[in-house]
Amino acid sequence: MKRLMTMAATASLLALPLHAEPVKIGFVTTLTTGAAVIGTDMQNAVNLAMEHLGGKAGDTELEVIFGDDQFAPEAGKQVTDKLVKQDDVDFVAGYIWSHVLLASRKSVLDADKILISANAGPSQMAGKLCDKNFFSTSWQNDQTPMAMGEVLNRQGVKSLYLMAPNYAAGKDMTAGVERTFTGEIVGKDLTKWGADAQLDFSAELAKAKASGADGLFVFYPGAAGGAFVKQYQQAGLKETLPLYSVFTVDAISLPKLQSAGFTDVIGSKVTQEWDPSLDNAANKKFVTDFKAKFGHYPSYYGAQSYDAIMLIASAVEKVGGDMSDKDALRAALKEADFESVRGDFTFGNNNLPVQNFYLREVVEDADGVWTTKVVETVYENHVDSFAAECDMK
Amino acid sequence: MDFSLLVIQGLNGLQLGLLLFLVASGLTLVFGILDFVNLAHGSLYMLGAFFCATLTYLFGNFILALIVAVPITGVIGFLVERFVARPLYARDHLDHVLGTFGLILVIDTLTHLIWGPEGLSVPLPDWLRGQITLWGDTVVPTFRLMIIGAGLAAAAGLFWMVNRTRLGMLIRAGASNRTMVSALGIDIELLFGLVFALGAAMAGLAGMLIAPITEATIGMGNGIIITAFVVIIVGGIGSIKGAFIAALLIGLIDTLGRSFLDDIFALFMSPVAAENSAPAISAMLIYIIMALVLAFRPQGLFPPKVR
Amino acid sequence: MTTRGWITLAVMALLGVLPPLFFLTGNPFYLDLATRLVILAIAAVSLNLILGYGGLVSFGHAAFVGLGAYAVGIPAHHWLYTGWGDWATMGYVQLPLAVLACAVFALLTGLVCLRTKGVYFIMITMAFAQMIYYLIVSIEEYGGDDGLVIDTRSQFAWIDLDNPLQLFGLAYVSLIVSMVLVRLIVNSRFGMVLQGAKGNPDRMATLGFNVYVFRLVAYVISGAMAGYAGALLGNFTTFISPEMMDWSRSGELMFMVILGGASTTVGPVLGAVVFIVLEEVLSHFTIYWHLPFGLLLMAVVLFVRGGLAGMFGRKED
Repeated sequence: MKRLMTMAATASLLALPLHAEPVKIGFVTTLTTGAAVIGTDMQNAVNLAMEHLGGKAGDTELEVIFGDDQFAPEAGKQVTDKLVKQDDVDFVAGYIWSHVLLASRKSVLDADKILISANAGPSQMAGKLCDKNFFSTSWQNDQTPMAMGEVLNRQGVKSLYLMAPNYAAGKDMTAGVERTFTGEIVGKDLTKWGADAQLDFSAELAKAKASGADGLFVFYPGAAGGAFVKQYQQAGLKETLPLYSVFTVDAISLPKLQSAGFTDVIGSKVTQEWDPSLDNAANKKFVTDFKAKFGHYPSYYGAQSYDAIMLIASAVEKVGGDMSDKDALRAALKEADFESVRGDFTFGNNNLPVQNFYLREVVEDADGVWTTKVVETVYENHVDSFAAECDMK
Repeated sequence: MDFSLLVIQGLNGLQLGLLLFLVASGLTLVFGILDFVNLAHGSLYMLGAFFCATLTYLFGNFILALIVAVPITGVIGFLVERFVARPLYARDHLDHVLGTFGLILVIDTLTHLIWGPEGLSVPLPDWLRGQITLWGDTVVPTFRLMIIGAGLAAAAGLFWMVNRTRLGMLIRAGASNRTMVSALGIDIELLFGLVFALGAAMAGLAGMLIAPITEATIGMGNGIIITAFVVIIVGGIGSIKGAFIAALLIGLIDTLGRSFLDDIFALFMSPVAAENSAPAISAMLIYIIMALVLAFRPQGLFPPKVR
Repeated sequence: MTTRGWITLAVMALLGVLPPLFFLTGNPFYLDLATRLVILAIAAVSLNLILGYGGLVSFGHAAFVGLGAYAVGIPAHHWLYTGWGDWATMGYVQLPLAVLACAVFALLTGLVCLRTKGVYFIMITMAFAQMIYYLIVSIEEYGGDDGLVIDTRSQFAWIDLDNPLQLFGLAYVSLIVSMVLVRLIVNSRFGMVLQGAKGNPDRMATLGFNVYVFRLVAYVISGAMAGYAGALLGNFTTFISPEMMDWSRSGELMFMVILGGASTTVGPVLGAVVFIVLEEVLSHFTIYWHLPFGLLLMAVVLFVRGGLAGMFGRKED
């Protein structure tokens, strides 16, 4: 027994030099342009996670280096290259935008580093382009709108008009709702996206109204979400063309809608894999501390980023800070042995989470702040539709 | 395609066209009279939106904020003329383009520093939030009608000022013969400053009018400035009338293209391909028009009489 | 040799020696930075031919760079997904294709653009760049707005572009060749007419030269060179998107030429060096790096006539 303890002590002594070297995490998100409002939320959540961890995973120091993708795939790839080659990070996490992630993936994977998406979930990377070094703490793009399609079926909506930005995720989102919605799609508009995105939707809204659809499905993340909801209300479509949205009405757009007094948004329903009201210890701690520190509710972008850091920390601790044995590291990540803000967390064969999707409703909380709460569970332990195309087991 | 939709889309196109005119009128005046290419004109459009948003929260009243913010943007324009544009008058257009390109970067980043990255939304008073029924079930948002009204009023005011007032006479004279105006004992530098301020105020007004719809966002001026340049080239540099007609033309083409092109394309290609290519092709349309105008009428559709 | 000549030699020598040294001492990122720099310098050198020597202010030069990159990306895409033969990934096919495509595009647009002058020329070149930008955006097959990942770099028998040192070497040699080429063109009779037409096109016309044709030829050569730079850029980034053709990218190329010194041999290279290094250094310190960058751009335009190269030596090298 004594000998064993000496061995353990020697082992930990031997392991010390490894611990001295901090494990570096590159975190790529949008810090400039209007979309920086999302990036800031993620950055705040990452910093909060680091604070909760005390900057350490077990005995290993963690260090986060942020990179700005400027809301453009090319810039995102450049900053990823820099993190991988110059800063020599062990993990690259983050990524709001599917097209930025698709552009950057080779840079990380070719260097045999671990890539973790904290938001973007392009269909390709869940399916044919899945990789043993790629993990996600978010979802596959199609899943949330699929849940919305399911909700629409249950509510007896017969026909739908679709609107989304013209980029990778916009195409996935409309494909997702088309996958489960059993009624008729009477029209679809894809609008210009990026730093000079189209924000005046007058022509599209007029078309949607003229189409005579039962409902309007939209996906407009970030600042565009607020702009869209306003124009929707200004056009007076609430009665004739009810709005069903994903990633549009959220903790990013609600404060602005509230300050501008757009009361119509109260009661609107959206689907999501997470909500600030989810009842588990990790989530309570995250939401309470986030609100205390930053003065507003965290968004799902923040929650997924928080989970990404916690996932990395759990794996780093499991392998004792040894980044050289990639197989052990991958196995530790796959176990997902951490307290997720969404409760139980498990990975599917393609390293995307297998998780619940909820229907949430916009409500006013006890302090009069607009937020969301869970109404019902739409999917339990949902596996994305592309997992079958991934040849990993 | 039914008639009601066509009318609505026509109104939407008119609204876009009038906003374009407000931006383009200042651009064409500065260009025609001062012979100065101001890429940063779009930044004044953005600043107008941000000032108006801030003042709306301060005063609790959008209209009051608008009235105060317009002269503020004018003052900013005056300062830009004094410190950036004036030293560049004697240079070629290349230096104008690069200098004001630098100014865009500076103003955009300062806006980010001052107002944060998320932009500002502008609350409207209740009477502007609703809709107005034209007939049957053809309704338009009240505020969009107000944009059209305000845009037409500003255009009329500008025409009146340029054609009927002493200042307008000097501006027209300055456009055709700079030396003559200064020989008359007019402070030409002050005149230039005023023209610049006027242009800035018009662009700022456009930004203020669109902000309640799209929010005030960083870089919002960079998209519209290029389109505004297309407008003044098509209309003829220095011509207010040309800018007006070209702005409405381009506003209508862009809106109608976005609404109907995918249906037209779907006649001869797959609906998916039509849906994907239509928005880009309608965006291309305005550049194609500009290239055609330049190829056949290099001075634009309505060149000013004396140049 | 003139002061400017020595500076040219010194800049080129440092540019050739330092980046490989960085790579060999374990800083591969700086070699990447240098490769990007050298490739953009080629584009700036090509722009200098028409902007500096020809006095033709093209505000759409990024379109050629982007088009050149797509000439590499599109065949590679078809090779991977639609079963085109191995020839589609050959550098001997892709690079000439890039040059040819850009030359044709320059010829067609130049025929129209060169009928205009002054600010109309600035705007119509930009208009054509915007058209090609939106054209690429509209083609779903090649990624539209999302851009296109190039899975395979151009294949050559004698050089491996996946090796960062060899890629840099190719770009560096290409830069020297393009500088020499522009120098030869400028000093030829053709170049004399081109430069003469910059100051006084009427006199050149009276002397019996068809200025339009001379300018068109220069425009095509410049576009083709920029297309070659684009093909290298596509190989370097292995990712291309319509963003590469945005008007602000054209503005950046113009800035490089003006900053370094238009109508000098070393100017565009110097401009590219300062531009890229500044961008890298400033963005390292703050996400608000556009502020000092914009101020510097304004200061250069307002106070530094003739660019950096203009600060040393006389007008001719």
